[in-house]
Amino acid sequence: MDDRILLSHGEGGKRTRDLIAQVIARHFDNPVLAPFLDSGLLGKIDGEIAFTTDGYVVTPPFFPGGDIGRLAVCGTVNDLAVCGARAVAISCGLILEEGLPLETLERALAAMKEAAAEAEVTVACGDTKVVEKGKGDGIFITTAGIGVSVDGWRPSPPRVRPGDRILLTGTMGDHQVAVLIARQGLALSAPVLSDVAPLAGLLLPVLERFGDRVRFMRDPTRGGVGVTLNEMASTAKARFALEEAWLPVREPVRGVCEILGFDPLYLANEGKAVLIVDGGAAEEILAALRKHPYGREAAVIGEVEAGAPGVRMRTLAGGLRAVDYPVGDQLPRIC
Amino acid sequence: MQLRYIDEFRDPATARALVERIRNDAGDAPVRLMEVCGTHTVAIARIGIRPLLSGAVTMVSGPGCPVCVTPDGYIDAAIALGRGKEAMLASFGDMLRVPGKSSSLEKEKGKGLDVRVVYSPLDAVELAAASPDREVVFLGVGFETTAPAIAGAIRTAAVRGVANFSVLPSVRTIPEAMGVLASDPEVRIEGFLCPAHVSVIIGADAYRPVAEAHRIPCVVAGFEPLDILMGISMLLRQIRKGVARVENEYSRVATASGNRKAQELVREVFVPCDTGWRGIGVIPGSGLRIAERYAAFDAEEKFGVPVVYSPEKTACRCGDVLKGKILPDECPLFGKGCVPEEPYGPCMVSSEGTCAAYYRYGTP
Repeated sequence: MDDRILLSHGEGGKRTRDLIAQVIARHFDNPVLAPFLDSGLLGKIDGEIAFTTDGYVVTPPFFPGGDIGRLAVCGTVNDLAVCGARAVAISCGLILEEGLPLETLERALAAMKEAAAEAEVTVACGDTKVVEKGKGDGIFITTAGIGVSVDGWRPSPPRVRPGDRILLTGTMGDHQVAVLIARQGLALSAPVLSDVAPLAGLLLPVLERFGDRVRFMRDPTRGGVGVTLNEMASTAKARFALEEAWLPVREPVRGVCEILGFDPLYLANEGKAVLIVDGGAAEEILAALRKHPYGREAAVIGEVEAGAPGVRMRTLAGGLRAVDYPVGDQLPRIC
Repeated sequence: MQLRYIDEFRDPATARALVERIRNDAGDAPVRLMEVCGTHTVAIARIGIRPLLSGAVTMVSGPGCPVCVTPDGYIDAAIALGRGKEAMLASFGDMLRVPGKSSSLEKEKGKGLDVRVVYSPLDAVELAAASPDREVVFLGVGFETTAPAIAGAIRTAAVRGVANFSVLPSVRTIPEAMGVLASDPEVRIEGFLCPAHVSVIIGADAYRPVAEAHRIPCVVAGFEPLDILMGISMLLRQIRKGVARVENEYSRVATASGNRKAQELVREVFVPCDTGWRGIGVIPGSGLRIAERYAAFDAEEKFGVPVVYSPEKTACRCGDVLKGKILPDECPLFGKGCVPEEPYGPCMVSSEGTCAAYYRYGTP
């Protein structure tokens, strides 16, 4: 096997077969993928189906706390999980740039395998394409995912009402700051790790236990909690009131934000969810989330108020301000 | 990481106490104060200070956003340099969407104009050193805070002999503009909250002529919530006592005389000149042009492309906003024809622009 990806690895001939047999099959050795047919045959699936797709172009592909492979699996699993679905199968489309070190591909695939095992999801089908040098950026991954919904639970924004609470499952901004540090070579005294993690194990038991007292959920990836809440407020036609003092941010992330002028509200996360829940059940749901390793720092960050749709925040100083969509420089290619 | 100097200046209990003190010191009619600096404008909006002090203090925003006060003729000159002289333009990101008379750098970039976004003027020198067959023009827009960095880049280019580097200067100084505003009867302000970063360079004493000539209290304040509330409180105390002095709330960073090294660098590379402020007009002695000694790095001289200032004639009321005559929502375009995604005037473009801050953080 060559130690770099060549154009011929994507041409469908012997080199493609070698790549699949010697590299890809070694990482994804499950019975659905193993025959390497044109589709993965999943058999009968019991329940309501959810379906999602995503693309991953993060640069650099490896960053503190994660990499593009883990991101691809977690991102797909989480898009299903916040809609109340347990991921059953995902696809893996690889777009590789000519000259990519084989070792990079191996590392990304190993991470995908590990994340898929953690999320208990099967990589059921895949595709590999190679583009000429200069026409890609090392490695891009595309996925699709199929999931089965938790019995009886559907996201229902119309049920959001004043008095509902807004929960966030942990600290803001870790992923984006980790990628930024990896990209810029910033030296910090305390490490910041990406929070990239599969959330089905955290969220789905909560849905099973609390049912429609969880109104709906989103994962605050690009644009962060600030953008996600604006989208949720407009979907639910509700007014959200945040408390600045309640927003969880890790110290080193806050430090980076202070120095570079970022607002943690708009930084991307890859292992967090925002939940709008019945005010009466909020404390119990919070306690349940906190028992899971990925929800230990979960917090109530605000509540739903009567009034025109939008997001506002009570500031530390006691003032009031709008939390709007950001305009302008967002860091590109963080996921 | 230790973050002392952050939490201490955001303490909610102290903030409440200061708000109460300000309310007690305020009279029946709201006191009109101006925050001169764009970073203060954003901080005040972000912290939600206006609703906190409503009825007691009216904070009007000043001209302290360098992007906002750069005349459209400057954008036109930059585009002409990129188009006609095929220069590579290096700019701070905020400048890209600022409308010139007929276009913006962003629109021209889409049509092939070579515009690079840099974070420091020195990055532009590096760009020039790495592209010896191209002319690289840095769009040197800023106030006293940015002037030393631009001066440093010019001197670095001179020392290293990077002859294909030059600067299209648009550097302005704050105290002269404050003087104009203090004497404008339509502005009617009773005190200045003076900039933090600018003061670190020029020193708090630089506002003395304004305070003395116009008998207006001036307080240098930092950007944290308690800095701003304390600064406002100090202004109110001066007004109550009937004095007009320069006081420094931000003494942990800014001194009376400022950063002498930076001042010397600026004096070496620049000389004062009259300059036009978008929406305000020409203010004598409020600009910095590149000194004879460094004329080879002055893009206006080098390429014979002058920046022409002419008053704008549009429905946009940025000029009145910059002078504190109206609040952004009194402009007929605010939030309608003019939003951050589609800005009509510069105050809506820059992240530090008054209209952008009101639009982004204002509570409907």
